Amino acid sequence: MTRPLLEAHQLHVEIGGKTVVDRLDLALEPGERLAILGRNGAGKSTLLSTLAGLRKPQGGAVLLDGEDCTLMPARQAALKRAWLGQFQADPFGSTVLETALTGRHPHLGRWDWESTRDAELARRALQAVGLESMKERQIHTLSGGERQRLAIATLLTQAAPLYLLDEPLSHLDLNHQMAVLELFAGAARDGGAGVIMVLHDPALAHRFCDRALLLCGDGRTESAAVDAILTAKTLSELYGYGLRQLEDRGHRCFIPE
Amino acid sequence: MPSRHRAALILASLCLLAVASFGLALTVGSFKVTNAEVLAALLGQEGGAGDIVLQLRLPRALAGFACGGLLALAGALMQVLLRNPLADPYVLGISGGAGVGAMFAILLGLPVIGIDGLAFTGALAAMFIVFGLAHGDGSWTQTRLLLTGVIVAAGCGALVALMLAIAPDERLRGMLFWLMGDLAQAGSSWPPLLALAVAVALTMPFARELNLLSRGMMQAQALGVAVDRLRYAIYLLASLATAASVTTAGSIGFVGLVVPHLVRLATGNDQRLLLPASVLAGGSLLVLADTLARTIIAPQQLPVGVLTALIGVPVFLFLLSRQPK
Repeated sequence: MTRPLLEAHQLHVEIGGKTVVDRLDLALEPGERLAILGRNGAGKSTLLSTLAGLRKPQGGAVLLDGEDCTLMPARQAALKRAWLGQFQADPFGSTVLETALTGRHPHLGRWDWESTRDAELARRALQAVGLESMKERQIHTLSGGERQRLAIATLLTQAAPLYLLDEPLSHLDLNHQMAVLELFAGAARDGGAGVIMVLHDPALAHRFCDRALLLCGDGRTESAAVDAILTAKTLSELYGYGLRQLEDRGHRCFIPE
Repeated sequence: MPSRHRAALILASLCLLAVASFGLALTVGSFKVTNAEVLAALLGQEGGAGDIVLQLRLPRALAGFACGGLLALAGALMQVLLRNPLADPYVLGISGGAGVGAMFAILLGLPVIGIDGLAFTGALAAMFIVFGLAHGDGSWTQTRLLLTGVIVAAGCGALVALMLAIAPDERLRGMLFWLMGDLAQAGSSWPPLLALAVAVALTMPFARELNLLSRGMMQAQALGVAVDRLRYAIYLLASLATAASVTTAGSIGFVGLVVPHLVRLATGNDQRLLLPASVLAGGSLLVLADTLARTIIAPQQLPVGVLTALIGVPVFLFLLSRQPK
């Protein structure tokens, strides 16, 4: 029997005194992909950073690989989960390769320098997101989409079994949106990685995830297999805007009325 | 990313620069001492010229090196802590607090030890006030820290101006020299050297974590850095390093701002190289500037802080104008 990569028990999350998640129970098995959907300000990012152990919950517990993540040293947590934030601010200069190599930090000892093996892992990660030819570029010369792909490459370099992705598709063009989703779908299918991602497109959530978690914004949450929960009815309620559902070769598509 | 080999090479050449700056500081001055005499004195031979080297120039050069190194290290750490390449060791009010203490001591006519003692007390007081206020509600963000520091520094500046205004004329010169930064007032060179050694030894193990911290707090935490603890430690360490330097030689400007900048331009932003390289470069720069300060219009001496500022301002403006838009 495999242990879940991530568990939430009776999780309670607040933002500025407002409850956004109330008594949430969740478990993510290896190879499973979960989408988090909700309106702006519904608490998707806050929930994700709480699941990553970067923020203390107001109640309940998050277990990473069976251990309470608030009690876990930061470095050990970094070996168990990788987190992609929404913003990358770069006040100081750095090259693309140096940035990708930061993902190796939890794997290195205090006095270690990055080895050629680490550089090779970083190179492969850059190749996976199509940035290999830009290794020596300064990061502030990258476009928004390229910077986002670099952040994803850093995540791959970290090589953790669980990916927590906050809007992984932001700034990406259509081609790279699909490439990134395929990449993580492949990591889940072939590598047994767990993936939780905050998405804004229910059609992509339906296509690339097994389950979806809907945040209503007032503490209520709903979670089920994508086929059951990502329907015109629930999504129209979630977003407060009427949606029509189309099906094409097994893929769902939602069109605003 | 500099390889370990390249880093060692850069540090070795900076060590040579430091040795050269000491060579110049020991031989140049209003009293001519030859290289042979300096060497003889350093090797322990007694003699007339040897006394000048060992009693006057060497302690002053050592204190200058230590202060320059401490300021450059503190500046580099503040820039990471505030994630702002324009931060310097004085931005959070440490030198302001030390200035208030030192001015008060000079006003009272206390001896050197009293001035040092009150300056250090003032620096610590400013450090705890800024920390207490910025950390008050637990948010402890860069903006809040920076704002609190700037306000406390402004308050200290007003107190210093007040004391200058009411000070008797014969004390004014000493007060001004202290404020501009002057190595002639440096007593023993051991306290700042010891402080520098301890600060470097405590910082270097965390250099790679500082690299991550400079990229963002959440990112660093996600990659396995215990961010809160590290930030407290950097704040304390940078503040104490600044306090040690300011207590020794007054508030020497621009070393802490410009040196980390110059080193970053030359070597990149890897703290494993940037921190020790800044220490060596900052120390050497201050030793050279002080040698200039006491020879340029000898026998009169200039406060070294004036020289570092005169060199620092154009260099800094030049760097700023080249910053990518």
